[in-house]
Amino acid sequence: MSKTPTVELKLPVLKNMELVATQTSEVVSKHIGLSDDKSAEISMALIEACINAFEHSETKLEIYIHFMISDDELTIKVIDKGKGFDASKIKIPEIDNKINTSERKRGWGIMLIKELMDSVDFESNDKGTTLTMVKKKEKNE
Amino acid sequence: MSKVTNTNVEGNVVVIATEGYLNKDLGEEIQKIAQEHIDGGNKIFLINLKSSNIVNSIGASILIELIEQLQDIDGHLVFCDLAPIIEKTFKIMGLTKYCTVYPSQEEAITALA
Repeated sequence: MSKTPTVELKLPVLKNMELVATQTSEVVSKHIGLSDDKSAEISMALIEACINAFEHSETKLEIYIHFMISDDELTIKVIDKGKGFDASKIKIPEIDNKINTSERKRGWGIMLIKELMDSVDFESNDKGTTLTMVKKKEKNE
Repeated sequence: MSKVTNTNVEGNVVVIATEGYLNKDLGEEIQKIAQEHIDGGNKIFLINLKSSNIVNSIGASILIELIEQLQDIDGHLVFCDLAPIIEKTFKIMGLTKYCTVYPSQEEAITALA
């Protein structure tokens, strides 16, 4: 059985480090043959996943990103060793509830990731969170 | 890495052009410049994102604050020259329910005149 080709990144919790991840995702997306639009969607989802890992996990340690390459899809895992979260408690944001109300304007990350990727899954406990997201290649790409 | 590259007033429209990653820092810079013009009596703002091809939700959330602020004074925020992924992100977030998006600055200025 052959091992899935994987690119692994370790990012320090520093400002704008999510852009390092997007540079890697662009190269990997191109290798798989994903369209420019899909590559941009992956970059956007990855930015949000990194920001969540940096900010909400409250980890002071690095975060890890694995890009797992196959012929027909790209699977990305974003792993932090932070405090974890309960995905069932996340509210879906709605702009009409945010404008002219006291509701905080932020909180869009998970919704954006779900909208931009083909599948998204979370495993989280008090030792950290692994977000797994997949973008599939179309047959004609 | 990212900054406001130009601000000018065309008729009654304040045009703010940016470059680079629309993150928290750039969002706050836009908001600060917009505030100065709001204090000066301006109500209509066009943000030209031609040279910004990447955004995060924190930067976009600061723009929601600006939309809200402009609604309070019967003002308006519009965008032009959006990269497809930024336009898609704004649509997902619902910003485009509150802000018109124009293909170019020229078309935006013509429509707002």
